[in-house]
Amino acid sequence: MNRIDRRFAELKAAGRTGLIPFITAGDPSPEHVVALMHALVEAGADVIELGVPFSDPMADGPVIQHASERALAKGVGLARILGWVGEFRRRDANTPVVLMGYLNPIEIHGYAEFADEAVAAGVDGVLLVDCPLEESATIKPLADAGLHRIFLAAPTTHDARLAALIREASGFLYYVSFAGVTGANRLDLAPVRARVAAIKTLAPALPVAVGFGVRDAASAAAIAGFADAVVIGSALVEQLANSAGASAVTDAARAFLAPIRKALDAGSAKNAA
Amino acid sequence: MLAKPFDSAASAAASIDFSQYPDEHGRFGEYGGLYVAETLMEPLAELREAYLRLRQDPEFIAELDRDLTHYVGRPSPIYHAERLSKKIGGAQILFKREDLNHTGAHKINNTVGQALVAKRMGKRRIIAETGAGQHGVASATVATRLGLECVVYMGAVDIERQKINVYRMKLLGAEVVPVTSGSKTLKDALNEAMRDWVTNVADTFYIIGTVAGPHPYPMMVRDFNAIVGREARAQMLAQYGRLPDVITACVGGGSNAIGLFHAFLNDRDVAIVGAEAAGDGIETGRHAASLAAGRPGVLHGNRTYVICDDDGQITETHSISAGLDYPGVGPEHAWLKDTGRASYVGITDDEALAAFHELARSEGILAALESSHAVAQGIKLARDLPKDELVLVNLSGRGDKDVHTIAAREGIAL
Ligand SMILES: Cc1ncc(COP(=O)(O)O)c(C=O)c1O
Repeated sequence: MNRIDRRFAELKAAGRTGLIPFITAGDPSPEHVVALMHALVEAGADVIELGVPFSDPMADGPVIQHASERALAKGVGLARILGWVGEFRRRDANTPVVLMGYLNPIEIHGYAEFADEAVAAGVDGVLLVDCPLEESATIKPLADAGLHRIFLAAPTTHDARLAALIREASGFLYYVSFAGVTGANRLDLAPVRARVAAIKTLAPALPVAVGFGVRDAASAAAIAGFADAVVIGSALVEQLANSAGASAVTDAARAFLAPIRKALDAGSAKNAA
Repeated sequence: MLAKPFDSAASAAASIDFSQYPDEHGRFGEYGGLYVAETLMEPLAELREAYLRLRQDPEFIAELDRDLTHYVGRPSPIYHAERLSKKIGGAQILFKREDLNHTGAHKINNTVGQALVAKRMGKRRIIAETGAGQHGVASATVATRLGLECVVYMGAVDIERQKINVYRMKLLGAEVVPVTSGSKTLKDALNEAMRDWVTNVADTFYIIGTVAGPHPYPMMVRDFNAIVGREARAQMLAQYGRLPDVITACVGGGSNAIGLFHAFLNDRDVAIVGAEAAGDGIETGRHAASLAAGRPGVLHGNRTYVICDDDGQITETHSISAGLDYPGVGPEHAWLKDTGRASYVGITDDEALAAFHELARSEGILAALESSHAVAQGIKLARDLPKDELVLVNLSGRGDKDVHTIAAREGIAL
């Protein structure tokens, strides 16, 4: 069983909302990625999204753009990132890792080669921002190797597309809370709640994670009321950006996630009651 | 005896009807497609449907024709550069004079068309990316004429080297937003325009300036520029009683080139050559020759040839001309290269500059630096061909915008 499926089953059984932090691999420092991943788990992460930096991150706002530029300047690439996942796996056999990024680095690496290496390293899924459902034949070798392809749904996704996305979804569906780039501050909860409810009606068993615009404990807790998981990216990346040294980075991650974890658990408990 | 540049691979192209592409998924063979974030999928589907409907709508076609005739100034002439041809001593060099269009380049063919689509779709705001500023000027021009708001994204490096066009855009009422991410050139401007579009997609129309981007852009931009080749083909038959032997154009994203090439793709006797920017020379790594020196990859919404490193990161390109300084290329060109129907070669900065001066002094035409790459390639081709052969060069734009760059390069203070 894929770790992502197992994790969402566990969350459901425990009545908890999943916490999915996103970090840009190699930012703020390539030396501390693995320690940072462990710290995220200790602070309550249920799934880790590891951003693969790309030179042309069309769907990202300034925070993740700059994080990608910093990581690239330090020579971060796919091979090193897979190495970090492998190292992480030596101490953590359970926390799912999803690589998030753009197609070209994988295209150039070779889809089949990447799929084998990613599975061997302990990657569980991929979220390729510029590979929509219509082009997913491109990444079939990844699915064949057992990686979940995480699809996005957005406010602009019409119902017919949504049905197709649900049919093809694996792992979980990532609902993008607004039309925009990562890190923008445009979260409007009411329409998100309605859309997630619609997805839940169509596919009661498919986990739905909500991301984009989740910045703090309050916004996370509000989403915990109706989604299976929340993704926090830019706000965390921004928090980590100014930390130097292993303990500073891991402390910053813990300090940022702890209140969010607490709020999620309180929110889930309240909803269960 | 003339060696047609595509002889070696001609068999691969022999059975293809080039007028039938892209397919319904926007693919030209394995190139093209729709590699964008989910949020843009429905807006792109709406655009595709609107465009496919409009291009068969007699009223839309008539309105576009009127604008092209009375506003753009079409048809543009074909001019026989007799003095230049004599000097080179080979084939006759002919120019398709897109530099004579309103705003000074082929770019207006596309923006006039897309602006009409935007208006019919009820959008109130236009955004565009620009490199040389020609597309930005052409977008600002059509936006203000239709009373639409216009925001142009332009790399900070390009703003510096194309100051005149920046000011022209402002005079036309557009807001020019400097892009400081990445390499601060055209590719980054395109990224930023996409980010704006994904954020404001409800009321905003993105006029992409070249045959790149996700489907339907490579098709739509080509269709609006294909008037260049349709006119040229008819003009050649009318003026010379025959088609040219070779046609050539510069290739940045590839819109003026595909505009000229498209009507000739099924004319197997017409050789087709694209001139890419070889910058300091392809061997130096400082160039923008995606087809001549890149590899297949995915960038800006389509699969095509890109310039990237072994990690798949798009690398910085170099060209003296901002409009050719782009690490990708339209997917149709990638396919024309692979099928052997067209060949693509590099022209260096120095060769382009030499051609600029040659044309200025022999024919009294200041060509854009982009177009000067095509002029250089046309001269090279003509040199090796007999006097009765015809080489048709797309003179995609005029050079007024470049005089500062050329003066600075030659150490002249204006
Ligand atoms: C005069 C001129 N020619 C050519 C180009 C290159 O674009 P494309 O390859 O799309 O024709 C530009 C771009 O700015 C231009 O201004």
